[in-house]
This record gives sequence, C-alpha cells and structure tokens, in this order.
Amino acid sequence: MNASTLTRKPYTPKEAVDRLRHGDLGAWPVVGGLIAIAVVFGSLNEHFLSPENLTNLALQMAATGTISLGIIMVLLLGEIDLSAGSVSGLCAVVMAILSVRHGWNPVLAIVVALAAGALIGLLHGIMFTRLRMPSFVVTLAGLIGWQGLLLYLLGEGGIVNLPFDGFVAKLSDTWLPPWLAWVIIVLLVAVSGGSSLLTRRLRLAAELPVPPAWWTATKIGGLAVVLVAVLLVMSADRGVPLLLVIFGTLVVAFDLVLRHTVFGRWMYAVGGNVEAARRAGIGVTRIRVLAFVLSSTLAAFGGILSASRLSAVNQGSGGSDILLMAIAAAVIGGTSLFGGRGRTYAALLGILVIQSITNGMFLLSVDSSVRYMVTAAVLALAVAIDSLARRGSAT
Amino acid sequence: MISATDVSKRYGAVQALQEVSLDLHPGEVVALVGDNGAGKSTLVKVISGVITPDSGGVAIDGERARIGNPHDAQRLGISTVYQDLALCENLDVVANLYLGAERRRWSLLSHIRMERSARDLLASLDVRIRDIRVPVAMLSGGQRQSVAIARALIGEPRLVILDEPTAALGVEQTAQVLDLIRRLRERGLAVLLISHNLADVRAVSDRVVVLRLGRNAGEFRTADATQESIVAAITGAAA
Repeated sequence: MNASTLTRKPYTPKEAVDRLRHGDLGAWPVVGGLIAIAVVFGSLNEHFLSPENLTNLALQMAATGTISLGIIMVLLLGEIDLSAGSVSGLCAVVMAILSVRHGWNPVLAIVVALAAGALIGLLHGIMFTRLRMPSFVVTLAGLIGWQGLLLYLLGEGGIVNLPFDGFVAKLSDTWLPPWLAWVIIVLLVAVSGGSSLLTRRLRLAAELPVPPAWWTATKIGGLAVVLVAVLLVMSADRGVPLLLVIFGTLVVAFDLVLRHTVFGRWMYAVGGNVEAARRAGIGVTRIRVLAFVLSSTLAAFGGILSASRLSAVNQGSGGSDILLMAIAAAVIGGTSLFGGRGRTYAALLGILVIQSITNGMFLLSVDSSVRYMVTAAVLALAVAIDSLARRGSAT
Repeated sequence: MISATDVSKRYGAVQALQEVSLDLHPGEVVALVGDNGAGKSTLVKVISGVITPDSGGVAIDGERARIGNPHDAQRLGISTVYQDLALCENLDVVANLYLGAERRRWSLLSHIRMERSARDLLASLDVRIRDIRVPVAMLSGGQRQSVAIARALIGEPRLVILDEPTAALGVEQTAQVLDLIRRLRERGLAVLLISHNLADVRAVSDRVVVLRLGRNAGEFRTADATQESIVAAITGAAA
C-alpha cells in the first residue's frame, strides 16, 4: 500500500451535501451564528467587543455552561433533566449553609454539596430506571421539590451571604497571571499537537488511512490561534479568569471521556438505539443512572460557581430562566434532543451564543421582553435544524 | 455440529413447536422455511437462547448444551443477526462492530486496534464501504445488513443465524448479501438462514428444512429439490 491510498480522500461535492443532509453539520451553524452576533452587536455598540465586556461574558457563562454540560449527559440518552436549575440552587444553598452558618471548611462544604447533587441524580436515575417513570416527570417533580427544599433550608432569612474574601467567592475573582496563562496555552497546543502526531504515526503503522497532513496542521494551528486570541483579549483587561479555566477544563475532560472511554461509547450507544445496546450486553440501566448522576452533580457545581459570582445564595438561586438557558444552550450548541448525537463543546458554544445575546441586549438596553423573544427564536432555529437533521438520517 | 433435537414449545393453547429436530454442520448453509406461524422464529429463539423449550434441547458436538439466555448462546458460539439488525445508527461501522465487546486497555478504547481488525474483517468478507468512520445511518440497506452480519463474526462463532437478511433489500443488494453468506460458508461456519424468499433460498443454501404447523415437514438437498416440492412441503399439499 502506498501513501496515497492511506490518505482519506476528500469528499466529492455530492457526498458533502449528503453528509450535510444527514445532520453532520458539526459546529458550523453555531460558529456562523456567533460571528453574526459579534458583527451585529459589535457594530451597534462599541463596548460589546471590548476586552472588559468579553471577559464579563466569560464570567457570566461559566455557571450556566456547567449546568448545560450536565444537561448534555442526559440529552445524549434522549432524556431530559428539568431539575438541573433547582438542584443547582439547592446544592449551592447546602454549600453556603455548611460553610457560613456552620463554619465548615469551604472545600469540604463544596464536596458535600457535590455529593448531595450526586445523590439527587442517583434518586432521579433510580426512579427513571426502576420505577420506569418518564424522565420528564421525574425531573419535573425534582424541579418543584428541590426548589421547595431550598426554600425550607434557607428558612426565615432567605439569603446567605458568602464572605467576599472567602474561598468560594474567590473562585470567580481569581485571575491567572499572564505567565501561567501562556504556559497553559503552550501545553494545550503541545499536547493536542503531540497526540495528533502520535495518532497519525500509529495509524500509518497500522496501515489505516489518515487525514491529509495539511488538515491536521490547520486544526492545531487554528486551536493555537483561537487560544492566543482569547488570551490576548483577556490580558487587555483583568487577565484570564479562573472560572473560564474551570469550565473549559470540564468541557474538554468530559469530551475526552465520552469519545475515548468505553463508558462514553456506551452513552452514545444507549442514546442511539437502546434495544441494540441492551442486546449487545451493555448495562443500559447503569449507564442511565450514571447520566442522571452526572447531570445533577454538574448542576450542583454550576450552582456553586453561580453562588461564587453572586457571593450569596438566596431564594432565587437556580431559579428563573437558568434551567431553560442551560437546556437551550445544549441544543443550540448542536446536541440532539433525540439522543445519541452531540459533543460537550455544545455547552461551550451554545452558552456563548445565549450569553452574547443577553449581554449584547443589556448593552443596548433592550427590554428583557425582546431578549426573551430573540433567544426563543434562536432556540427554535436550533431545534428546527436538529429535527431536519434527524429526518434526513431517517430516510 | 450443532443440533436441536425433539424441541417442543407451547404458548398457552398454541403448540408452537412439536418435537422439531434440526442438524447444522460446519461449512453448510441450511435454509429454514415455512409459512407464517410454522414455528421458524420460535425454533430460532430456542437455539439463540431467547426462550427455553418445554422439552428437547440443543446439543453441541453431541453434548447437551445449557442455553438459558442469549449470552450463553453467544458464549457457545451461536451468533444471531436479527431482522432489525440492532445497529446504533449514530455510531460508525467500527463502533457498531465492537458494540458491547470493545477492545480496550483499562477503560480506554483501543481505536486503532479495533479499526485495523474491522477493516481486515470487512475486507475478508469483501464488504465494500467507502468510509467506515461515518455513522451507520449514512449506509445503504445492503451495507447495513453486511455490517450486522460482520458483527456476528466478531466473537468467532461456529453458527450464525440470519433472520430474513434480504427481506428489505433491492436486487443488487440482495446479491451482495447472498455472496456474503457464501463467504461465511467458505469460512467453515454453520449458517442457518430464515427466509421467505425461495429464490434466495435456492440460490445460496445447501439444504432446506421445512417447518409446517410446528413440526418438521420435510428436508431437501437444495441441488436435488424442485421449487414445487419445497412449496408443497410448506403448504402441506400432497407432493
């Protein structure tokens, strides 16, 4: 076999169109949307693309983005978690009460709050798998019930303030020193480039086709350019926020788990065809329970990040539109509502879209009524694309 | 040799199978035919471990095999390709071939090892798929059937059961799948083919076993049998 047969051939136009019709659009619609948003708001208001505002954007999206990441875990199975907002608020309250009212070590309080989230997810998962209740109903009950527990725990005061110089509040007010940010970027590019090269070597050694070299080089180069651009913009303001690093790490880590572990493969399999997965000997129940546990745990963590930014928890924690934004972000980012399709980057891209719209409209001092309608239109568009893609793959 | 002997199964008032016997030899394609309700599916379910018979059972090389569930059957080298194929359409060919039996180091998928052996397997079966990294949803019906059959070979089985493999296929794709069945025979596998299509049965099988109303109703060497004699056995008309 010579080198040319080992290079995967580019698609012919007809095959490319076919792939698009089958919903293999990848992240392109979202990226296009983001560029459009940047152009529109950037031209309407000069502050929108300023380093300060973009840094604020990064801070605003971490909490809901983390909740959205959890939502993706259940969406991949074709299920839904409506309780994520309430769970995020409840666990943030648990953390705040333990660390402030009972004077626990904040790290320990966070761990306990995350464990509480995991337990809630376990309960949802067991109700879904053992009692065979639809996930919609289980988590709808959760949405109401955990909100109730939150109000009960908060009691009279209805608010717990976190000390501004405490560990939790510091999470969202810590900025990486420039040298550390550069080191991280160099490491990221080196590791991703190194692993691409290694994979390429191994595939060639196994006589498997590899993408053309220029494509791999472009991808790594693109990653480097994007990371450096983000760093430069943020350095012009306060620097890279720790919150963004935490959120980014979660997204990347879960993406690696989903794509390279047996667990991840089985998640996609259960989302794609439960019956096939079951017949292949996959423990469908265990995968489902785990997905709900992950969802609630990530929701808990998102709630803690949100409390950190507010430096407080109150009766509104995890309420209002947080849940809907988290679900919308996952779908806008390209996660299919029908299960089996989507990557964790959907959380990052989707929340970026939603938060940009929100942020841009605030800058233009547009009424929140308009903001809701625009967000709804974007969500409807995303779901329409998802549905069309699904119909395409069914034929 | 895998054989089912004197298998009986009753569902309530319906005697689905009554003392049915079937021998399956390595390197031989046996077609199981019969009208609707003749008991074909029930017999296949017994052999593949989905149901347990009321009496009788399956023997492998003369030894009585205990098959309590599909896993037992798979462990004993009996692999079944269901009519609905049971593929995950969102996963690519490699992922589907190894579904539930992923090659791994600890919990990490061995992508390269799986893709290498998937390509070798598909090449040895002469299954042509342009890019095996695309989701199965993008393959043609014949290609999907081929993937499902190839998947049955992952566990190195002795017997492959194919349930109506050509039912939903066009002429050309049917020809591809029949070629694939011949290659299974060349590999020395025993193949049990359930089909309604007598043309396919005559094209590919070595032996035809007819069931009628839950009983053995005739057995033919395909080369010697006429279409009329097989039809007569199926319908119960005096041959």
